[in-house]
Amino acid sequence: MGLKNWALRKSLWVYHANTGACNNCDIEVLDLLTPRFDVERFGMLLVGSPRHADVLAVTGVCTRQAQPRLQECYRQMAKPCIVLAIGSCANGQGIFAPAYHMGTPVDETIRAVDPNAIIMYVPGCPPKPEAMIAAVAKAWELIKTL
Amino acid sequence: MKFLAIIGTYVAAGVGSLAIGMAAKWYDRKVTAMVQYRKGPPWYQPVADVLKLFYKETLMPSTARGTGFLIAPAVGLAAAVLAAAMLWAALLNPGVSFVGDLIVVVYLLVIPPLMTILGASASGNPHASLGASREMKLILSYELPLFLALLVGVIHGGWKLGLGDMATAQQAAGTALYSLSGILAMIVAILAMQAKLGQVPFDQAEAECEIMSGVYVEYSGPPLALILMGRAVLMATLPLLLIVTLWGGLEPTGLGWLAFVGKFVLLLTLVTLIRNTNPRLRIDQTVKFFWWGLAPLGVLAVVLAAAGW
Repeated sequence: MGLKNWALRKSLWVYHANTGACNNCDIEVLDLLTPRFDVERFGMLLVGSPRHADVLAVTGVCTRQAQPRLQECYRQMAKPCIVLAIGSCANGQGIFAPAYHMGTPVDETIRAVDPNAIIMYVPGCPPKPEAMIAAVAKAWELIKTL
Repeated sequence: MKFLAIIGTYVAAGVGSLAIGMAAKWYDRKVTAMVQYRKGPPWYQPVADVLKLFYKETLMPSTARGTGFLIAPAVGLAAAVLAAAMLWAALLNPGVSFVGDLIVVVYLLVIPPLMTILGASASGNPHASLGASREMKLILSYELPLFLALLVGVIHGGWKLGLGDMATAQQAAGTALYSLSGILAMIVAILAMQAKLGQVPFDQAEAECEIMSGVYVEYSGPPLALILMGRAVLMATLPLLLIVTLWGGLEPTGLGWLAFVGKFVLLLTLVTLIRNTNPRLRIDQTVKFFWWGLAPLGVLAVVLAAAGW
């Protein structure tokens, strides 16, 4: 059990899903891979396919168009996996909440598929890369209890 | 008893190549990080990756043909380990090599890419089928130059097709690499190795940001772990092939071992540096590069070698 958790903690692969973000959060996510933050120190990689991923990094408000696609993305991931809702929009749709084209917020969208999904919230508009690393550090503590 | 010895050799080669391959994978990622002024992953990173994948769920796409999809990574890994076992046997004990085992090794080394194509085609994903077609073109393009380069080693080894004979002959009569034809052959062989490992200028089959890891797009959990292991073993095996055929093999002395490790690390470093300093080519550019660029160079090397240069 300990080995399983250790391996998952040390090798979180991230799939990045944009569900209608303004691209500001996405730029901050990419910052994590630059020499300044370099999350590969913790074994984190950006992967191309949700099938390979352990972390679903969601940015954006989750529009009606994106909602079923985000759910499909989550279904395609091998469990156990973690969802990172990055930015004010992904946390609670931000200032766009009353707009006409909104789906449900990211956490509700994911919970409609899997009520027990692990969802981490990273507030900020956009959140700093440090905040995202802090969220991942909290996720490690959570994985220990899995 | 003979049977047990064979099984023992196979298991030892598997475990050993896996360990070396994991270390090589880490080295590759660490050097990449250093090139990019990053810190890079810790030394246990490839082990953690594979372990994690073994504990994860195996997802089966609804469009996939299950048997081919799941068996392909295992067969690819098994073939790579068998090739590694034959190369190590020839390196450590040139006497056990049999006539024509070079051909068998080259044949075995074609199986992992073929299995990649099989698995990708069985997964029923359009990205994977695109990757599979690219992988096919890649095999067609790099195999001929690789054969030509190995042929130079055969000629320098006194027209012998046994790996053990080649290494022994080169240790006696001078290494193939330290001649004009040998240098040309080595250049061709290193670039073919790059393509066989699927590293960056020739990674069209995966093309992460273009077709979402292409051939591997539908794999998850243990099958993906087998793929990673197969690639690690291949990374530990291909430099061996080059060292045996073109660079004098392994002399069983202390200094010989040191030289061997140096050659191995140098080849790995070259692969990593080529991968870090080049953009991905288009598949048509790759085919042109191998057929019109490297194949004539390989022919030239063979002619020079036959002429005694």
